[in-house]
Amino acid sequence: MQTALRTSLPETELASRANFAPHARVVREERPLHASGLPLSIRGLRKSFGDNEVLRGIDLHIPAGQFVAIVGKSGCGKSTLLRLIAGLEKIDAGSISFGQDIQPEDIRVMFQEPRLLPWARVLANVEVGLGRDRASGDAHARAEKALIEVGLADKRDQWPSVLSGGQKQRVALGRALVSRPRVLAFDEPLGALDALTRISMQRLLERVWRDQGFTAILVTHDVSEAVALADRVLVIEEGRIAHDVTVNAARPRQRGSAELAGLEGSILSHLLSADDRT
Amino acid sequence: MSLIDSISLPRSIRLPRANGLIQWIVPLTIIAIWQAASVTGFMPTRVLPAPSDVVLSGWKLLLSGELVRNIWVSFWRASIGFLIGGSIGFAFGLANGLSQLSAKLTDTTLQMVRNVPHLALIPLVILWFGIDESAKLFLVALGVFFPIYLNTLHGIRTVDPQLIEMGRIYGMTDGELFRRVIFPGALPSIFVGIRFALGIMWLTLIVAETIAASSGLGYMAMQAREFMLIDVVVLSILIYALLGKLADSASRVLERLTLSWHPAFQKR
Repeated sequence: MQTALRTSLPETELASRANFAPHARVVREERPLHASGLPLSIRGLRKSFGDNEVLRGIDLHIPAGQFVAIVGKSGCGKSTLLRLIAGLEKIDAGSISFGQDIQPEDIRVMFQEPRLLPWARVLANVEVGLGRDRASGDAHARAEKALIEVGLADKRDQWPSVLSGGQKQRVALGRALVSRPRVLAFDEPLGALDALTRISMQRLLERVWRDQGFTAILVTHDVSEAVALADRVLVIEEGRIAHDVTVNAARPRQRGSAELAGLEGSILSHLLSADDRT
Repeated sequence: MSLIDSISLPRSIRLPRANGLIQWIVPLTIIAIWQAASVTGFMPTRVLPAPSDVVLSGWKLLLSGELVRNIWVSFWRASIGFLIGGSIGFAFGLANGLSQLSAKLTDTTLQMVRNVPHLALIPLVILWFGIDESAKLFLVALGVFFPIYLNTLHGIRTVDPQLIEMGRIYGMTDGELFRRVIFPGALPSIFVGIRFALGIMWLTLIVAETIAASSGLGYMAMQAREFMLIDVVVLSILIYALLGKLADSASRVLERLTLSWHPAFQKR
């Protein structure tokens, strides 16, 4: 199985690779036809906080429905990129476009902290995710459906404080999914979980992504998580995309397979060699 | 159970389920010892009347209607003063918690006023209002204002900013954000303010009624002192204690009802 390691490919080439790579096509065909992801085009994106230039010109095309992982050392700008995509920060220069007009409900973010309202029961917390449709008559039914999807239907009437960390994060995932988003951004969503919960959450993420076909953008510090979940891994160094790695392994993926381990090793060595240079 | 003293204790020292009875053991024992001391003449009745005498005089006053009237007057003053001062404090707390401009405009002034003991204003208040009802209401309202203001403000300022960001991401309007995130988040702190305020409310009222009043429990106690009716004096003090306990319990019940989501209030 080939792994492509390139440095800052031009956007058009990236797009064509994603469209014509034979393995990527296999992945896409496994998904149902109602795949609803949005493509994402980022051009010349820059962002500074004060004198600190965090993103120094990001050019990136993400085809609809792709699962992209973004890795990098802390402070490299990966979370900032995600927050810009999610519209949580203002863009200094450049553009992010989704190819069409989008509703706020089309993009959802999941954070490292579950950010549940402690004073609302689980079902009500999921209903928050409906955005402007919260008041509609089928809000309960839709929230319940999302809870079933994340496997927590029996916890609907619990307070968040009695749930475990993994369960809270699943409620947060249900809240993010309930509006059927077309882009889902994950900011280290599994960072605070223990190893076993983390693996079962990774499986859950992969499953809902395959079921719903949204475009997934996962920021993580865990390279093995990135290669286990993503079609494509972006390595960000000093505010730029330093490497763009396609992961062609078939799904569902075997955790700890030689293929993934080899890929993980090569990405890690990139990250570490960048460390040595500085 | 309140927020503070319900923080879970280690298993080994948690009391058994008979909590409802346990809290009355100490007061009942004290009353029993007191009664015994009075009956045996160990404690002269000029110093402290026997509990039975206090109950007897309470019964007489109850029959004459004087007790109920005075309790009602004090209760009315306390509640109205609390409502006025509490609402103004809550309103300022909200305004200064939610608006930077409002906080800049008024917070410094309020902090300066806060450092004046409100009971120091009694001479001034008597000059302004005489010994009218409004004097008592003014003092109670002023005393109650600050704990509620400070705790409301603190509660709103310490709402988790991550939750507020979450609310914004999920498209909550300002009104929804307040109703669903900010107010519930500030509520535990507001209740701390209410319980502080209830203490200050009784304190202020007792002082105000003792110094300048023509009705109420404090007045009843002062009248009794004039006529050396020590049992009535003790009775008034006990009723104050009872009313204070009642107000505290009421706020705890309210706390329990509205904060049932809080880990401290969940059945373990």
